[in-house]
Amino acid sequence: MSAVPAIRIEAVCKSFGSLKALAGVSLEIGQGEFFGLLGPNGAGKTTLISALAGLARADSGLIEVMGHDVVADYRNARLQLGVVPQELVFDPFFSVRELLRIQSGYFGISANDDWIDEILASLDLLGKADANMRSLSGGMKRRVLVAQALVHRPPVIVLDEPTAGVDVELRQGLWQFIRKLNQDGHTILLTTHYLEEAEALCGRIAMLKAGRIVALDTTQALLEQFAAHDLRVRVARPEVARALGGTVQAGGWVSFGFDTYADVEPLLARVRAADSGIEEIQLGEPDLERVFLEVMRRD
Amino acid sequence: MTKRVVRPVTSSWVGFRTLLYKEVLRFWKVAFQTVMAPVLTALLFLLIFSHVLDRHVTVYGDIGYTTFLVPGLVMMSLLQNAFANSSSSLIQSKITGNIIFVLLPPISYRQFYTAYVTASIIRGLCVGAGVLLVSLPFVEVPLAHPEWALAFAVLGGGMLGSMGVIAGIWAEKFDQLAAFQNFLIMPLTMLSGVFYSIHSLPQVWQDVSHANPFFFMIDGFRYGFFGQSDVSPWLSLAVVTAGFVMLAALTLAMLARGYKLRN
Repeated sequence: MSAVPAIRIEAVCKSFGSLKALAGVSLEIGQGEFFGLLGPNGAGKTTLISALAGLARADSGLIEVMGHDVVADYRNARLQLGVVPQELVFDPFFSVRELLRIQSGYFGISANDDWIDEILASLDLLGKADANMRSLSGGMKRRVLVAQALVHRPPVIVLDEPTAGVDVELRQGLWQFIRKLNQDGHTILLTTHYLEEAEALCGRIAMLKAGRIVALDTTQALLEQFAAHDLRVRVARPEVARALGGTVQAGGWVSFGFDTYADVEPLLARVRAADSGIEEIQLGEPDLERVFLEVMRRD
Repeated sequence: MTKRVVRPVTSSWVGFRTLLYKEVLRFWKVAFQTVMAPVLTALLFLLIFSHVLDRHVTVYGDIGYTTFLVPGLVMMSLLQNAFANSSSSLIQSKITGNIIFVLLPPISYRQFYTAYVTASIIRGLCVGAGVLLVSLPFVEVPLAHPEWALAFAVLGGGMLGSMGVIAGIWAEKFDQLAAFQNFLIMPLTMLSGVFYSIHSLPQVWQDVSHANPFFFMIDGFRYGFFGQSDVSPWLSLAVVTAGFVMLAALTLAMLARGYKLRN
């Protein structure tokens, strides 16, 4: 990691009346990281991003973007940050190109057409550059939101559920584009409800619950720490397999947890020896969904 | 080794300029609604009132009623549209959510205020100039002190533009904004002497009119045309300037706190 973190969040609290949306969140994201912020609805993800982006003011604590305080040095902090909002919002008065020019201007850039064309081409929007936003499909509007967040070439990009409600093809396209941004040096902070998305993209993950961070580690470490592998056997006599410590599921399936692949053969041998009548076998990899459910259940 | 993202050169002035340009472009793209329609409304007022009253009423001695009416209508249209510009832009942006695109960039609250209010003044001046232009074929209007007329037009537009920013930030629904407009702006404008000289009112209503800051805007603006007014133009200028400064201070304080915008 570089000396100056891309994002530094220290003991940030934010309340709305009696509701404590953020209860002392601390977090550091290094430059060039692809970081996931996960949590159930109401966990505080959007509030944290709002405080980071200057859309809400934290009651206490410190937030820095590339070393710039988001309150005291908001100009430089905001120049370093591009935010793709969760909602499909747009200004109905303007075309795609006008919007991107205006957004460039807001960030203090007066001649930005070359870069705008490059972004439009990357997001497959060149053909719609002069179309009014109202005439675009939901997927295209989503891509324009990504383009708006990139007009000022921010080193840190926040994507607040960028693939919510988009079809599989567009989701794959966006993943590829975001990966490319990360490879080009951009730090990515992603919030998503699609856990397979976070697992596939993020190097590190933080999980929020009720305004607190309840898990923070590399994706691999979280998978190893919280989710066991799973051996599933379909058997003729599930009650026999259950007696060996398995969990009976529908359709004659019985599930056994294990930690390493070396455990599989002895486990299968026990099931065979008990004469349960094995008909089919499946091996389940640990996945982030199970980690998420386990973490949320524990805390 | 992390790659460095090459950042473009940026200027704070460009941010302000772009927000102003966007706000002007926003009303100009729908000029039929935002400029032409209020001009037509003012023209209808002029035709109806002048037809009914011109032969019966003179003001300031020998000034015909239609001639007297024109500056009042110009200023009334200017003020109402200056208010409408900032208030409607903000409430629409808040309700549709696209206000986020103005809040995310490094635009200071002073630049935000100045851009919205300047755009309001520009729309007000466009509508006011439009009303004056369409009136000229019907009536000859003198312009004794154009610098006074312009000063009141800009200050009045600034006051109403500021009130529009306040209303746009405060209102959470269109009907709250409509209430602000219909129960505050409209009565203050209509009872400000647009259609009459306050000397034609009983004393008690003359005194009430002096409590209405809109009266000073209209009266001072009218002085720019006729070189005559109900009260001293200097008094009007002092009242309007003080009103503008107070409203600007209030609006800036709201924006600095992020009231209803950064919460």
